[in-house]
Amino acid sequence: MAKVLMKGNEAVAEAAIRSGCRHYFGYPITPQTEIAEYMAKRMPKVGGLCLQAESEISAINMVMGAASAGVRAMTSSSSPGISLKCEGISYIAGCDLPCLILNVQRGGPGLGGIQPAQSDYWQATKAMGHGDLHLIVLAPSSVQEMASLANKAFDLADKYRMPAMLLADGALGQMMEPVDLDGIKAPEAVCKPWATCGHDGKRKKNITNSLYINPDDLEKTVIERFARYETVKANEIMYEEYLTEDADIVVVAYGITARICRSAVAMARAQGVKVGLFRPITLWPYPYEALGRLADTASRFIVSELNMGQMIDDVKIAINCRRPVDFCGRTGGVLLTPEEILNAILGGKK
Amino acid sequence: MSKVVFDRPHALSDVPLHYCPGCTHGIVHRLVAQTIDELGIEDKTIGIAPVGCSVFAYNYFECDMIQAAHGRAPAVATGVKRSLPDKVVFTYQGDGDLAAIGTAESVHIAARVENITIIFINNAIYGMTGGQMAPTSLLGQVTTTSPYGRDPKIQGNPIRVCEMLATLDGTAYAERVAVDTVQHVNATKKAIKKAFQMQLEGKGFSIVEVISSCPVQWGKTPVEALEWIRTDMIPHYPLGVYKDITANS
Repeated sequence: MAKVLMKGNEAVAEAAIRSGCRHYFGYPITPQTEIAEYMAKRMPKVGGLCLQAESEISAINMVMGAASAGVRAMTSSSSPGISLKCEGISYIAGCDLPCLILNVQRGGPGLGGIQPAQSDYWQATKAMGHGDLHLIVLAPSSVQEMASLANKAFDLADKYRMPAMLLADGALGQMMEPVDLDGIKAPEAVCKPWATCGHDGKRKKNITNSLYINPDDLEKTVIERFARYETVKANEIMYEEYLTEDADIVVVAYGITARICRSAVAMARAQGVKVGLFRPITLWPYPYEALGRLADTASRFIVSELNMGQMIDDVKIAINCRRPVDFCGRTGGVLLTPEEILNAILGGKK
Repeated sequence: MSKVVFDRPHALSDVPLHYCPGCTHGIVHRLVAQTIDELGIEDKTIGIAPVGCSVFAYNYFECDMIQAAHGRAPAVATGVKRSLPDKVVFTYQGDGDLAAIGTAESVHIAARVENITIIFINNAIYGMTGGQMAPTSLLGQVTTTSPYGRDPKIQGNPIRVCEMLATLDGTAYAERVAVDTVQHVNATKKAIKKAFQMQLEGKGFSIVEVISSCPVQWGKTPVEALEWIRTDMIPHYPLGVYKDITANS
Protein backbone atom coordinates (compact mmCIF):
# COMPACT_ATOMS: atom_id res chain seq x y z
CA MET A 1 0.00 0.00 0.00
CA ALA A 2 2.88 2.36 -0.68
CA LYS A 3 1.66 5.75 -1.76
CA VAL A 4 3.59 7.81 -4.27
CA LEU A 5 3.38 11.52 -4.94
CA MET A 6 2.29 12.10 -8.53
CA LYS A 7 0.75 14.66 -10.83
CA GLY A 8 -2.73 13.79 -12.01
CA ASN A 9 -1.48 13.54 -15.57
CA GLU A 10 1.25 11.10 -14.53
CA ALA A 11 -1.10 9.05 -12.35
CA VAL A 12 -3.59 8.56 -15.16
CA ALA A 13 -0.81 7.51 -17.55
CA GLU A 14 0.68 5.02 -15.09
CA ALA A 15 -2.79 3.67 -14.28
CA ALA A 16 -3.51 3.14 -17.96
CA ILE A 17 -0.31 1.14 -18.35
CA ARG A 18 -1.13 -0.93 -15.26
CA SER A 19 -4.60 -1.49 -16.72
CA GLY A 20 -2.99 -3.24 -19.67
CA CYS A 21 -2.91 -0.35 -22.13
CA ARG A 22 0.15 -0.69 -24.38
CA HIS A 23 -0.97 1.64 -27.16
CA TYR A 24 -1.10 5.38 -26.53
CA PHE A 25 -1.61 7.86 -29.39
CA GLY A 26 -1.34 11.54 -28.59
CA TYR A 27 -0.58 15.06 -29.65
CA PRO A 28 0.83 17.81 -27.42
CA ILE A 29 -1.58 20.32 -25.91
CA THR A 30 -1.52 22.12 -22.56
CA PRO A 31 -2.45 21.19 -19.84
CA GLN A 32 -2.16 17.44 -20.56
CA THR A 33 1.20 17.13 -22.32
CA GLU A 34 2.76 15.35 -19.32
CA ILE A 35 0.68 12.31 -20.27
CA ALA A 36 2.38 11.96 -23.65
CA GLU A 37 5.77 12.64 -22.02
CA TYR A 38 5.16 10.01 -19.34
CA MET A 39 3.99 7.51 -21.94
CA ALA A 40 7.01 8.25 -24.13
CA LYS A 41 9.29 7.39 -21.22
CA ARG A 42 7.42 4.39 -19.80
CA MET A 43 5.88 2.59 -22.78
CA PRO A 44 9.17 1.40 -24.32
CA LYS A 45 10.12 -0.06 -20.91
CA VAL A 46 6.99 -2.22 -20.79
CA GLY A 47 6.94 -3.26 -24.46
CA GLY A 48 4.31 -0.68 -25.33
CA LEU A 49 3.94 2.10 -27.83
CA CYS A 50 3.65 5.85 -27.40
CA LEU A 51 3.09 7.38 -30.82
CA GLN A 52 2.94 11.12 -31.39
CA ALA A 53 0.52 11.63 -34.27
CA GLU A 54 0.49 14.52 -36.75
CA SER A 55 -2.80 15.76 -35.30
CA GLU A 56 -5.46 14.97 -32.74
CA ILE A 57 -7.57 13.74 -35.65
CA SER A 58 -4.94 11.22 -36.63
CA ALA A 59 -4.38 10.17 -33.01
CA ILE A 60 -8.03 9.24 -32.44
CA ASN A 61 -8.11 7.33 -35.73
CA MET A 62 -5.00 5.42 -34.68
CA VAL A 63 -6.89 4.57 -31.49
CA MET A 64 -9.74 3.33 -33.68
CA GLY A 65 -7.40 1.06 -35.63
CA ALA A 66 -5.74 -0.29 -32.48
CA ALA A 67 -9.09 -0.82 -30.74
CA SER A 68 -10.39 -2.64 -33.81
CA ALA A 69 -7.25 -4.79 -33.76
CA GLY A 70 -8.31 -5.83 -30.26
CA VAL A 71 -5.87 -4.07 -27.94
CA ARG A 72 -6.49 -1.61 -25.11
CA ALA A 73 -5.81 1.80 -26.65
CA MET A 74 -6.11 5.37 -25.45
CA THR A 75 -5.59 8.98 -26.37
CA SER A 76 -5.60 12.15 -24.33
CA SER A 77 -6.03 15.81 -25.12
CA SER A 78 -7.48 19.05 -23.85
CA SER A 79 -10.61 20.88 -24.96
CA PRO A 80 -9.64 22.25 -28.42
CA GLY A 81 -8.01 18.92 -29.25
CA ILE A 82 -11.05 16.98 -28.10
CA SER A 83 -13.17 18.97 -30.55
CA LEU A 84 -10.89 17.66 -33.32
CA LYS A 85 -11.36 14.11 -32.07
CA CYS A 86 -15.16 14.27 -32.19
CA GLU A 87 -15.35 12.86 -35.71
CA GLY A 88 -13.25 9.85 -34.78
CA ILE A 89 -15.14 9.34 -31.52
CA SER A 90 -18.41 9.21 -33.46
CA TYR A 91 -16.96 6.53 -35.75
CA ILE A 92 -15.63 4.58 -32.76
CA ALA A 93 -19.07 4.72 -31.12
CA GLY A 94 -20.71 3.71 -34.41
CA CYS A 95 -18.30 0.78 -34.75
CA ASP A 96 -18.87 -0.36 -31.12
CA LEU A 97 -15.18 -0.16 -30.25
CA PRO A 98 -13.82 0.15 -26.71
CA CYS A 99 -11.15 2.73 -25.89
CA LEU A 100 -10.27 5.44 -23.39
CA ILE A 101 -10.29 9.14 -24.21
CA LEU A 102 -9.06 11.60 -21.61
CA ASN A 103 -10.06 15.26 -21.66
CA VAL A 104 -7.99 17.47 -19.32
CA GLN A 105 -10.30 20.44 -19.81
CA ARG A 106 -9.21 24.04 -20.25
CA GLY A 107 -11.22 27.20 -20.87
CA GLY A 108 -13.01 27.82 -24.15
CA PRO A 109 -14.50 28.42 -26.67
CA GLY A 110 -11.90 28.62 -29.42
CA LEU A 111 -8.34 28.52 -28.26
CA GLY A 112 -9.76 29.80 -24.98
CA GLY A 113 -7.11 29.56 -22.29
CA ILE A 114 -4.91 26.99 -20.61
CA GLN A 115 -6.33 27.15 -17.09
CA PRO A 116 -8.77 24.59 -15.60
CA ALA A 117 -12.39 24.60 -16.72
CA GLN A 118 -15.41 22.32 -16.97
CA SER A 119 -16.95 23.89 -20.02
CA ASP A 120 -16.91 20.69 -22.10
CA TYR A 121 -19.66 19.06 -19.99
CA TRP A 122 -22.28 19.45 -22.69
CA GLN A 123 -19.88 18.15 -25.34
CA ALA A 124 -18.90 15.10 -23.29
CA THR A 125 -22.38 14.14 -22.14
CA LYS A 126 -24.66 15.32 -24.94
CA ALA A 127 -22.81 15.96 -28.19
CA MET A 128 -19.59 13.98 -28.47
CA GLY A 129 -19.66 13.85 -32.28
CA HIS A 130 -22.50 13.52 -34.76
CA GLY A 131 -25.27 10.96 -34.51
CA ASP A 132 -27.23 9.15 -31.79
CA LEU A 133 -24.49 8.10 -29.42
CA HIS A 134 -23.17 8.11 -25.89
CA LEU A 135 -19.82 7.68 -24.23
CA ILE A 136 -19.37 6.47 -20.70
CA VAL A 137 -18.14 9.65 -18.98
CA LEU A 138 -16.36 9.46 -15.62
CA ALA A 139 -15.41 12.56 -13.63
CA PRO A 140 -12.46 12.11 -11.26
CA SER A 141 -12.14 14.47 -8.34
CA SER A 142 -8.66 13.63 -7.06
CA VAL A 143 -5.34 12.37 -8.37
CA GLN A 144 -6.23 8.99 -6.84
CA GLU A 145 -9.42 8.92 -8.88
CA MET A 146 -7.54 9.96 -12.03
CA ALA A 147 -5.83 6.59 -11.62
CA SER A 148 -8.65 4.40 -10.32
CA LEU A 149 -11.27 5.74 -12.75
CA ALA A 150 -8.90 5.31 -15.71
CA ASN A 151 -8.77 1.64 -14.75
CA LYS A 152 -12.55 1.52 -14.32
CA ALA A 153 -13.08 3.28 -17.67
CA PHE A 154 -11.06 0.65 -19.56
CA ASP A 155 -13.06 -2.14 -17.91
CA LEU A 156 -16.40 -0.50 -18.70
CA ALA A 157 -15.34 0.23 -22.29
CA ASP A 158 -14.46 -3.43 -22.83
CA LYS A 159 -17.56 -4.67 -20.99
CA TYR A 160 -19.99 -2.64 -23.07
CA ARG A 161 -17.94 -2.27 -26.29
CA MET A 162 -18.13 1.49 -26.25
CA PRO A 163 -15.73 4.41 -25.86
CA ALA A 164 -15.22 5.77 -22.35
CA MET A 165 -14.10 9.26 -21.46
CA LEU A 166 -12.36 10.53 -18.37
CA LEU A 167 -13.51 14.14 -18.02
CA ALA A 168 -10.83 15.84 -15.91
CA ASP A 169 -9.55 19.41 -15.87
CA GLY A 170 -6.30 21.31 -15.81
CA ALA A 171 -6.23 21.43 -11.99
CA LEU A 172 -6.53 17.66 -11.60
CA GLY A 173 -3.98 17.14 -14.36
CA GLN A 174 -1.39 19.46 -12.86
CA MET A 175 -1.76 19.03 -9.11
CA MET A 176 0.24 16.52 -7.09
CA GLU A 177 -1.23 14.17 -4.48
CA PRO A 178 -0.30 10.85 -2.91
CA VAL A 179 -1.63 7.95 -4.98
CA ASP A 180 -1.97 4.26 -4.24
CA LEU A 181 -1.59 2.35 -7.50
CA ASP A 182 -1.38 -1.14 -5.98
CA GLY A 183 -4.99 -2.03 -6.72
CA ILE A 184 -4.79 -1.06 -10.37
CA LYS A 185 -4.39 -4.17 -12.46
CA ALA A 186 -4.99 -5.41 -15.98
CA PRO A 187 -7.83 -7.92 -16.38
CA GLU A 188 -7.32 -11.47 -17.51
CA ALA A 189 -7.26 -11.62 -21.31
CA VAL A 190 -10.44 -10.00 -22.62
CA CYS A 191 -12.12 -12.06 -25.34
CA LYS A 192 -12.72 -9.94 -28.44
CA PRO A 193 -14.07 -12.29 -31.12
CA TRP A 194 -15.10 -9.27 -33.20
CA ALA A 195 -11.55 -7.87 -33.53
CA THR A 196 -10.12 -7.32 -37.02
CA CYS A 197 -6.82 -9.06 -36.37
CA GLY A 198 -6.68 -11.40 -39.37
CA HIS A 199 -9.09 -14.35 -39.62
CA ASP A 200 -6.24 -16.87 -39.57
CA GLY A 201 -8.33 -19.19 -41.75
CA LYS A 202 -10.41 -20.10 -38.69
CA ARG A 203 -13.46 -17.88 -39.00
CA LYS A 204 -15.34 -15.69 -41.44
CA LYS A 205 -13.96 -12.22 -41.89
CA ASN A 206 -14.70 -9.56 -39.29
CA ILE A 207 -15.78 -6.09 -40.39
CA THR A 208 -15.49 -2.91 -38.35
CA ASN A 209 -18.01 -0.52 -39.86
CA SER A 210 -20.44 2.27 -39.03
CA LEU A 211 -22.07 2.57 -42.48
CA TYR A 212 -25.62 1.28 -43.00
CA ILE A 213 -26.91 2.61 -46.30
CA ASN A 214 -30.40 1.20 -45.67
CA PRO A 215 -32.21 3.41 -43.09
CA ASP A 216 -34.01 0.42 -41.56
CA ASP A 217 -30.69 -1.32 -40.93
CA LEU A 218 -29.16 1.81 -39.39
CA GLU A 219 -32.19 2.38 -37.18
CA LYS A 220 -32.09 -1.24 -35.99
CA THR A 221 -28.38 -0.96 -35.16
CA VAL A 222 -28.86 2.29 -33.25
CA ILE A 223 -31.83 0.89 -31.32
CA GLU A 224 -29.80 -2.19 -30.36
CA ARG A 225 -26.97 0.09 -29.21
CA PHE A 226 -29.37 2.14 -27.12
CA ALA A 227 -30.66 -1.04 -25.49
CA ARG A 228 -27.05 -1.64 -24.41
CA TYR A 229 -26.93 1.93 -23.09
CA GLU A 230 -29.94 1.05 -20.88
CA THR A 231 -27.91 -1.79 -19.36
CA VAL A 232 -25.11 0.65 -18.62
CA LYS A 233 -27.62 2.97 -16.92
CA ALA A 234 -29.00 0.11 -14.84
CA ASN A 235 -25.62 -1.17 -13.64
CA GLU A 236 -22.92 1.46 -13.71
CA ILE A 237 -24.13 4.72 -12.18
CA MET A 238 -21.69 6.07 -9.59
CA TYR A 239 -22.00 9.04 -7.24
CA GLU A 240 -20.90 10.15 -3.81
CA GLU A 241 -22.92 11.85 -1.10
CA TYR A 242 -21.51 13.95 1.73
CA LEU A 243 -23.77 15.04 4.62
CA THR A 244 -26.92 14.83 2.48
CA GLU A 245 -29.03 12.76 4.93
CA ASP A 246 -30.46 15.73 6.81
CA ALA A 247 -29.56 18.36 4.22
CA ASP A 248 -31.97 21.20 3.58
CA ILE A 249 -29.63 22.54 0.89
CA VAL A 250 -27.84 20.24 -1.56
CA VAL A 251 -24.80 21.40 -3.50
CA VAL A 252 -24.25 19.42 -6.70
CA ALA A 253 -20.76 19.44 -8.18
CA TYR A 254 -18.30 17.08 -9.90
CA GLY A 255 -14.57 16.91 -10.52
CA ILE A 256 -12.27 19.51 -8.99
CA THR A 257 -15.27 21.74 -8.13
CA ALA A 258 -16.66 19.04 -5.84
CA ARG A 259 -13.44 19.26 -3.80
CA ILE A 260 -13.91 22.99 -3.32
CA CYS A 261 -17.61 22.54 -2.55
CA ARG A 262 -16.79 19.99 0.12
CA SER A 263 -14.76 22.62 1.98
CA ALA A 264 -17.61 25.11 1.61
CA VAL A 265 -20.13 22.57 2.93
CA ALA A 266 -17.93 21.93 5.98
CA MET A 267 -17.64 25.69 6.58
CA ALA A 268 -21.43 26.11 6.35
CA ARG A 269 -22.03 23.14 8.67
CA ALA A 270 -19.75 24.83 11.22
CA GLN A 271 -22.21 27.74 11.09
CA GLY A 272 -25.13 25.37 11.69
CA VAL A 273 -26.44 25.27 8.12
CA LYS A 274 -27.88 21.91 7.08
CA VAL A 275 -26.13 21.51 3.74
CA GLY A 276 -24.76 18.50 1.91
CA LEU A 277 -22.88 17.67 -1.27
CA PHE A 278 -23.95 15.36 -4.09
CA ARG A 279 -21.12 14.42 -6.44
CA PRO A 280 -21.90 12.58 -9.68
CA ILE A 281 -18.96 10.34 -10.64
CA THR A 282 -20.57 9.02 -13.80
CA LEU A 283 -21.68 12.05 -15.83
CA TRP A 284 -23.09 9.61 -18.37
CA PRO A 285 -25.00 7.70 -17.25
CA TYR A 286 -26.13 10.51 -14.94
CA PRO A 287 -27.42 9.65 -11.44
CA TYR A 288 -30.84 11.19 -12.04
CA GLU A 289 -32.76 8.93 -9.64
CA ALA A 290 -30.42 9.21 -6.67
CA LEU A 291 -30.28 12.98 -7.01
CA GLY A 292 -34.03 13.19 -7.57
CA ARG A 293 -34.70 11.45 -4.25
CA LEU A 294 -32.92 14.27 -2.42
CA ALA A 295 -35.65 16.67 -3.57
CA ASP A 296 -38.04 14.80 -1.22
CA THR A 297 -36.28 16.32 1.77
CA ALA A 298 -34.11 19.21 0.57
CA SER A 299 -35.69 22.57 -0.20
CA ARG A 300 -33.00 24.09 -2.37
CA PHE A 301 -30.24 23.00 -4.74
CA ILE A 302 -27.07 24.77 -5.80
CA VAL A 303 -25.12 23.66 -8.84
CA SER A 304 -21.47 24.61 -8.90
CA GLU A 305 -19.36 24.28 -12.05
CA LEU A 306 -16.41 25.87 -13.81
CA ASN A 307 -18.60 27.02 -16.69
CA MET A 308 -21.66 29.19 -17.32
CA GLY A 309 -24.05 26.47 -16.18
CA GLN A 310 -24.14 23.21 -18.09
CA MET A 311 -24.81 20.34 -15.65
CA ILE A 312 -27.54 22.51 -14.09
CA ASP A 313 -29.90 21.26 -16.81
CA ASP A 314 -29.39 17.65 -15.68
CA VAL A 315 -29.99 18.63 -12.04
CA LYS A 316 -33.29 20.27 -12.98
CA ILE A 317 -34.27 17.12 -14.88
CA ALA A 318 -33.22 14.94 -11.93
CA ILE A 319 -35.39 16.79 -9.44
CA ASN A 320 -38.13 17.41 -11.99
CA CYS A 321 -37.87 21.16 -11.21
CA ARG A 322 -39.56 20.52 -7.86
CA ARG A 323 -37.15 22.83 -5.99
CA PRO A 324 -35.33 26.04 -6.87
CA VAL A 325 -31.89 25.45 -8.41
CA ASP A 326 -29.27 28.18 -8.06
CA PHE A 327 -26.01 28.33 -9.91
CA CYS A 328 -22.57 29.25 -8.60
CA GLY A 329 -19.81 29.09 -11.19
CA ARG A 330 -16.76 30.73 -12.68
CA THR A 331 -15.51 30.22 -16.20
CA GLY A 332 -12.64 30.96 -18.54
CA GLY A 333 -10.13 29.18 -16.34
CA VAL A 334 -10.97 30.97 -13.09
CA LEU A 335 -11.29 28.61 -10.12
CA LEU A 336 -14.04 28.95 -7.50
CA THR A 337 -13.11 29.67 -3.89
CA PRO A 338 -14.81 27.94 -0.95
CA GLU A 339 -15.95 31.40 0.20
CA GLU A 340 -17.80 32.03 -3.05
CA ILE A 341 -19.66 28.73 -2.68
CA LEU A 342 -20.28 29.40 1.03
CA ASN A 343 -21.79 32.73 0.04
CA ALA A 344 -24.12 30.94 -2.37
CA ILE A 345 -25.09 28.46 0.36
CA LEU A 346 -25.81 31.28 2.80
CA GLY A 347 -28.22 32.83 0.31
CA GLY A 348 -26.19 35.19 -1.81
CA LYS A 349 -26.36 34.32 -5.48
CA LYS A 350 -23.25 34.35 -7.58
CA MET B 1 -10.76 -32.70 -69.94
CA SER B 2 -11.57 -29.10 -69.15
CA LYS B 3 -9.21 -26.97 -67.13
CA VAL B 4 -10.01 -23.80 -65.17
CA VAL B 5 -7.91 -20.98 -66.63
CA PHE B 6 -9.72 -18.02 -65.12
CA ASP B 7 -11.59 -17.84 -61.83
CA ARG B 8 -12.61 -15.44 -59.11
CA PRO B 9 -9.78 -15.02 -56.61
CA HIS B 10 -10.67 -16.42 -53.18
CA ALA B 11 -9.90 -13.08 -51.52
CA LEU B 12 -12.50 -11.36 -53.73
CA SER B 13 -15.93 -11.81 -52.15
CA ASP B 14 -18.60 -13.53 -54.25
CA VAL B 15 -21.01 -10.58 -54.19
CA PRO B 16 -22.15 -8.12 -56.87
CA LEU B 17 -20.05 -4.94 -56.97
CA HIS B 18 -21.96 -1.65 -56.85
CA TYR B 19 -19.66 0.15 -59.28
CA CYS B 20 -21.00 1.94 -62.38
CA PRO B 21 -20.69 0.37 -65.85
CA GLY B 22 -17.20 0.92 -67.24
CA CYS B 23 -15.68 1.87 -63.87
CA THR B 24 -12.23 0.38 -63.34
CA HIS B 25 -12.48 -0.10 -59.55
CA GLY B 26 -13.52 -3.70 -60.20
CA ILE B 27 -10.30 -4.40 -62.11
CA VAL B 28 -8.17 -3.02 -59.29
CA HIS B 29 -10.18 -4.92 -56.65
CA ARG B 30 -9.50 -8.11 -58.59
CA LEU B 31 -5.78 -7.36 -58.85
CA VAL B 32 -5.52 -6.75 -55.10
CA ALA B 33 -7.43 -9.97 -54.37
CA GLN B 34 -5.26 -11.95 -56.81
CA THR B 35 -2.18 -10.60 -55.08
CA ILE B 36 -3.53 -11.61 -51.66
CA ASP B 37 -4.24 -15.10 -53.04
CA GLU B 38 -0.84 -15.49 -54.69
CA LEU B 39 1.02 -14.37 -51.57
CA GLY B 40 -1.22 -16.57 -49.39
CA ILE B 41 -1.87 -13.76 -46.92
CA GLU B 42 -5.67 -13.52 -46.72
CA ASP B 43 -5.66 -15.00 -43.21
CA LYS B 44 -3.35 -12.31 -41.87
CA THR B 45 -4.42 -9.28 -43.88
CA ILE B 46 -6.49 -6.35 -42.63
CA GLY B 47 -7.80 -3.91 -45.25
CA ILE B 48 -9.02 -0.37 -44.63
CA ALA B 49 -11.84 1.00 -46.79
CA PRO B 50 -12.12 4.75 -47.40
CA VAL B 51 -15.02 7.13 -47.91
CA GLY B 52 -15.84 7.59 -51.58
CA CYS B 53 -16.82 5.22 -54.36
CA SER B 54 -14.89 2.35 -52.78
CA VAL B 55 -16.51 2.85 -49.36
CA PHE B 56 -18.07 -0.61 -49.66
CA ALA B 57 -14.68 -2.26 -50.23
CA TYR B 58 -15.20 -3.90 -46.82
CA ASN B 59 -17.84 -6.07 -48.51
CA TYR B 60 -15.60 -7.05 -51.41
CA PHE B 61 -12.50 -8.57 -49.79
CA GLU B 62 -12.50 -11.77 -47.76
CA CYS B 63 -9.84 -10.60 -45.30
CA ASP B 64 -10.76 -8.67 -42.13
CA MET B 65 -11.82 -5.13 -43.04
CA ILE B 66 -12.32 -1.74 -41.37
CA GLN B 67 -14.27 1.18 -42.78
CA ALA B 68 -12.49 4.45 -41.90
CA ALA B 69 -13.60 8.08 -41.80
CA HIS B 70 -12.95 10.25 -44.88
CA GLY B 71 -9.18 10.59 -45.36
CA ARG B 72 -8.28 8.82 -42.11
CA ALA B 73 -7.53 5.34 -43.48
CA PRO B 74 -3.73 5.78 -43.10
CA ALA B 75 -4.17 6.67 -39.40
CA VAL B 76 -6.51 3.73 -38.79
CA ALA B 77 -4.08 1.47 -40.67
CA THR B 78 -1.27 2.76 -38.45
CA GLY B 79 -3.24 1.85 -35.33
CA VAL B 80 -3.80 -1.67 -36.65
CA LYS B 81 -0.23 -2.23 -37.84
CA ARG B 82 1.35 -0.89 -34.64
CA SER B 83 -0.88 -3.27 -32.67
CA LEU B 84 -0.30 -6.25 -34.98
CA PRO B 85 3.11 -5.72 -36.62
CA ASP B 86 3.19 -9.22 -38.09
CA LYS B 87 -0.04 -8.75 -40.05
CA VAL B 88 -0.41 -7.28 -43.54
CA VAL B 89 -2.26 -3.95 -43.63
CA PHE B 90 -3.43 -2.07 -46.70
CA THR B 91 -5.67 0.89 -47.41
CA TYR B 92 -7.68 1.40 -50.58
CA GLN B 93 -8.34 5.12 -51.14
CA GLY B 94 -9.55 7.50 -53.81
CA ASP B 95 -8.15 10.89 -54.77
CA GLY B 96 -10.49 13.02 -52.64
CA ASP B 97 -9.90 10.79 -49.64
CA LEU B 98 -6.12 10.57 -49.98
CA ALA B 99 -5.07 13.84 -51.60
CA ALA B 100 -7.59 16.35 -50.19
CA ILE B 101 -9.13 15.67 -46.78
CA GLY B 102 -6.54 13.05 -45.86
CA THR B 103 -3.39 14.78 -47.11
CA ALA B 104 -1.83 15.03 -43.66
CA GLU B 105 -2.50 11.36 -42.93
CA SER B 106 -1.05 10.34 -46.34
CA VAL B 107 2.13 12.36 -45.86
CA HIS B 108 2.75 11.23 -42.30
CA ILE B 109 2.18 7.52 -42.88
CA ALA B 110 5.18 7.78 -45.20
CA ALA B 111 7.14 10.07 -42.89
CA ARG B 112 6.75 7.58 -40.03
CA VAL B 113 7.94 4.75 -42.30
CA GLU B 114 4.81 2.73 -41.58
CA ASN B 115 5.15 -0.72 -43.07
CA ILE B 116 1.78 -0.40 -44.82
CA THR B 117 0.60 -0.46 -48.45
CA ILE B 118 -1.74 2.10 -50.00
CA ILE B 119 -3.66 1.37 -53.17
CA PHE B 120 -4.54 4.83 -54.47
CA ILE B 121 -7.21 5.22 -57.14
CA ASN B 122 -6.78 8.47 -59.09
CA ASN B 123 -9.72 9.15 -61.39
CA ALA B 124 -9.60 12.93 -61.07
CA ILE B 125 -13.16 13.24 -59.78
CA TYR B 126 -15.41 12.78 -56.75
CA GLY B 127 -17.53 9.94 -58.10
CA MET B 128 -19.69 8.97 -55.14
CA THR B 129 -21.03 12.47 -54.48
CA GLY B 130 -21.80 13.06 -58.16
CA GLY B 131 -18.82 14.37 -60.09
CA GLN B 132 -17.24 17.22 -58.15
CA MET B 133 -13.71 18.52 -58.65
CA ALA B 134 -10.96 16.44 -57.06
CA PRO B 135 -7.50 17.56 -55.94
CA THR B 136 -6.25 15.61 -58.97
CA SER B 137 -8.76 17.03 -61.50
CA LEU B 138 -6.90 18.30 -64.57
CA LEU B 139 -6.67 21.95 -65.58
CA GLY B 140 -9.66 22.73 -67.75
CA GLN B 141 -11.54 19.65 -66.55
CA VAL B 142 -15.28 20.26 -66.30
CA THR B 143 -16.86 18.96 -63.11
CA THR B 144 -20.02 19.96 -61.23
CA THR B 145 -17.97 22.28 -59.00
CA SER B 146 -15.73 23.52 -61.83
CA PRO B 147 -18.47 23.89 -64.47
CA TYR B 148 -16.34 26.27 -66.58
CA GLY B 149 -13.30 24.01 -66.40
CA ARG B 150 -10.69 23.92 -63.62
CA ASP B 151 -9.00 27.30 -63.63
CA PRO B 152 -5.68 27.45 -61.74
CA LYS B 153 -6.41 31.06 -60.77
CA ILE B 154 -9.57 29.93 -58.97
CA GLN B 155 -9.21 26.25 -58.12
CA GLY B 156 -5.45 25.82 -58.09
CA ASN B 157 -3.44 23.01 -59.63
CA PRO B 158 -3.77 19.24 -59.54
CA ILE B 159 -1.58 17.34 -57.05
CA ARG B 160 0.87 14.68 -58.23
CA VAL B 161 0.82 12.28 -55.30
CA CYS B 162 3.56 9.80 -56.26
CA GLU B 163 6.02 12.60 -56.99
CA MET B 164 5.18 14.26 -53.66
CA LEU B 165 5.43 11.12 -51.53
CA ALA B 166 8.59 9.97 -53.31
CA THR B 167 10.40 12.94 -51.74
CA LEU B 168 9.89 11.46 -48.27
CA ASP B 169 12.63 9.26 -46.85
CA GLY B 170 10.09 6.79 -45.42
CA THR B 171 8.60 5.93 -48.79
CA ALA B 172 10.08 2.61 -49.90
CA TYR B 173 8.13 2.20 -53.08
CA ALA B 174 5.94 4.55 -55.14
CA GLU B 175 4.74 3.63 -58.60
CA ARG B 176 2.07 5.11 -60.86
CA VAL B 177 0.25 2.70 -63.13
CA ALA B 178 -2.96 2.72 -65.16
CA VAL B 179 -5.72 0.28 -66.08
CA ASP B 180 -6.64 1.52 -69.56
CA THR B 181 -5.03 -1.32 -71.55
CA VAL B 182 -4.26 -4.99 -71.02
CA GLN B 183 -0.54 -4.22 -70.85
CA HIS B 184 -1.15 -1.53 -68.25
CA VAL B 185 -3.43 -3.82 -66.23
CA ASN B 186 -0.66 -6.43 -66.17
CA ALA B 187 1.82 -3.78 -65.06
CA THR B 188 -0.62 -2.69 -62.33
CA LYS B 189 -0.83 -6.27 -61.08
CA LYS B 190 2.95 -6.44 -60.93
CA ALA B 191 3.17 -3.14 -59.03
CA ILE B 192 0.50 -4.13 -56.48
CA LYS B 193 2.22 -7.44 -55.85
CA LYS B 194 5.57 -5.73 -55.44
CA ALA B 195 4.09 -3.26 -52.94
CA PHE B 196 2.65 -6.07 -50.80
CA GLN B 197 5.88 -8.04 -51.07
CA MET B 198 7.87 -5.07 -49.84
CA GLN B 199 5.57 -4.84 -46.84
CA LEU B 200 6.07 -8.55 -46.15
CA GLU B 201 9.82 -7.92 -46.26
CA GLY B 202 9.47 -5.00 -43.84
CA LYS B 203 10.84 -2.44 -46.29
CA GLY B 204 8.54 0.40 -45.25
CA PHE B 205 5.78 2.42 -46.81
CA SER B 206 4.56 1.50 -50.30
CA ILE B 207 2.01 3.17 -52.55
CA VAL B 208 0.63 2.23 -55.95
CA GLU B 209 -1.26 5.03 -57.70
CA VAL B 210 -3.66 3.66 -60.27
CA ILE B 211 -4.92 6.04 -62.98
CA SER B 212 -8.52 4.93 -63.33
CA SER B 213 -11.58 5.89 -65.32
CA CYS B 214 -14.93 7.28 -64.23
CA PRO B 215 -17.05 7.22 -67.41
CA VAL B 216 -20.29 8.29 -65.70
CA GLN B 217 -18.93 11.39 -63.97
CA TRP B 218 -16.58 12.23 -66.85
CA GLY B 219 -19.60 12.16 -69.19
CA LYS B 220 -18.00 9.65 -71.51
CA THR B 221 -18.61 6.13 -72.72
CA PRO B 222 -16.37 3.50 -71.10
CA VAL B 223 -14.25 3.32 -74.28
CA GLU B 224 -13.96 7.12 -74.52
CA ALA B 225 -13.00 7.22 -70.85
CA LEU B 226 -10.13 4.79 -71.38
CA GLU B 227 -9.02 6.91 -74.33
CA TRP B 228 -9.12 10.05 -72.13
CA ILE B 229 -6.76 8.33 -69.69
CA ARG B 230 -4.25 8.06 -72.55
CA THR B 231 -4.81 11.49 -74.10
CA ASP B 232 -5.20 13.62 -70.99
CA MET B 233 -4.52 11.84 -67.70
CA ILE B 234 -1.23 10.05 -68.41
CA PRO B 235 0.43 13.12 -69.98
CA HIS B 236 -0.17 14.97 -66.71
CA TYR B 237 0.42 11.92 -64.51
CA PRO B 238 3.32 10.06 -66.18
CA LEU B 239 3.42 6.36 -65.40
CA GLY B 240 6.49 4.87 -63.82
CA VAL B 241 8.40 4.07 -60.65
CA TYR B 242 9.01 7.20 -58.58
CA LYS B 243 10.75 5.50 -55.68
CA ASP B 244 12.07 2.02 -55.13
CA ILE B 245 14.62 1.52 -52.39
CA THR B 246 15.32 -2.01 -53.66
CA ALA B 247 16.09 -0.91 -57.23
CA ASN B 248 19.89 -0.76 -56.95
CA SER B 249 20.46 -3.44 -54.39
